[in-house]
Amino acid sequence: MKRAFPILAVLTALLLGYSFYEAMFVAPTDQMQGDVYRIIYYHVPSAWSAFAFFLTNFIASVVYLLRRNLKADAVAVAAAEIGVVFCTVVLVTGPIWARPVWGIWWTWDSRLTSTLVLWLIYVSYLILRRFSSGGQAPVLAASLAVFGALDMPLVYFSIWFFRTQHPQPVVGDGGSIDPRMWHVWLLNWAGFLCFGLLVFWKRYRLEILQQEVKETQALEALDPRSSQ
Amino acid sequence: MSQPSGIVRATLAKDLRLEWRSKDAINSMLFFALLVVVIFSFSFDPLAEESRRIAGGLIWVAFLFAAVTALNQTWARELRNQALDAYRISPAPANSLFLAKAFGNFIFVIVLEALMTPLFIMFYKLRALGPAWELVPVAALGTWALVVNGTFFAAISLRTRSREIMLPLLLFPISIPALLAMVNATTNILTGEDSSRFWIVLLGAYDVVFTIACLFLFETVLQAE
Repeated sequence: MKRAFPILAVLTALLLGYSFYEAMFVAPTDQMQGDVYRIIYYHVPSAWSAFAFFLTNFIASVVYLLRRNLKADAVAVAAAEIGVVFCTVVLVTGPIWARPVWGIWWTWDSRLTSTLVLWLIYVSYLILRRFSSGGQAPVLAASLAVFGALDMPLVYFSIWFFRTQHPQPVVGDGGSIDPRMWHVWLLNWAGFLCFGLLVFWKRYRLEILQQEVKETQALEALDPRSSQ
Repeated sequence: MSQPSGIVRATLAKDLRLEWRSKDAINSMLFFALLVVVIFSFSFDPLAEESRRIAGGLIWVAFLFAAVTALNQTWARELRNQALDAYRISPAPANSLFLAKAFGNFIFVIVLEALMTPLFIMFYKLRALGPAWELVPVAALGTWALVVNGTFFAAISLRTRSREIMLPLLLFPISIPALLAMVNATTNILTGEDSSRFWIVLLGAYDVVFTIACLFLFETVLQAE
């Protein structure tokens, strides 16, 4: 396992470098938008990665609630933090692209708003983790994750109904996309996921170590002789 | 007395009696909502036509903020004399306690709404152009949506540092669909332009989903160590 980490690191670096080259120089320029569309290669893979990590967080939270396994909790923490980072990238790159193409920074369209609400829920999740201490933090956080997951369909549905009565800017449908663009998209996604996994790995290890430190401290507090 | 419904009734009666004698929650909520109404009317000074459009948002924001002040006191009361710890070691089911607290908060917030609505109508010159009776299910379902999750998250934030701040931080993001539904339903009723049927159904779905979720998870949260 120890050797796997540097291998993954090298793989990530290669993938990110290659996919950057593909996205910037190889992928065809968009007919309508010109070069500015290339930010989509960072925007969309970040969104997919964010959803993947949030899904991981949800599954780990459910596992924790059922099994009370501290490893599941460490997975949940690490996944939530990395998910928030990717989601932030999505929310920042989106407006940068939307301004020249749509002419506006932001619109309360269902996809944008749901992503924003998802980000808000997970930021509140991280704040809850920061403010709760001791053994109850995982339980509280896991139940919040379950509530967030239950909330998302309602959020999407309500905003979809709220906004589809108005005309809204539409991104080109999947069908009209050049197959070469798909290829670069997936390549970037692979690079981002590898990078996410790399950070996730370290963060997970850190959380496990912190759990061990806490446990040792608790044991020492109970029995002073054990520290000698 | 050991029936779950008996425990709900006893706890609820105790909370209502406490509130009747101290009037802590209702007074702070009323005054808070009053302040919000006054400050909003200074900053907007709307015409009757305009206020129909924005009143839905104003009313629910005022009630939401006011409700948080009451929700924060829900469990804090039980901390005195370790009443909550006593409850935890007793064989009484946790969900009875949760339901009693949620019903109690529901009654407090409904009373607040009943008292504040005339004031809103007066200050903002409101007159509904749509079917006004639909405001009753919107208020009932919307209040339950806020209160059921609020009671649950108050129990969570009770376990954290700076608990008074935690509650709105947890409650507001989760409540966004419910708030959207409440505000839109109220605006549709006031302006009479659109049906609010969809929003009432959405509120009902929200209530069902989260009431079940709360009942499933409350015991876990109450016993968290």
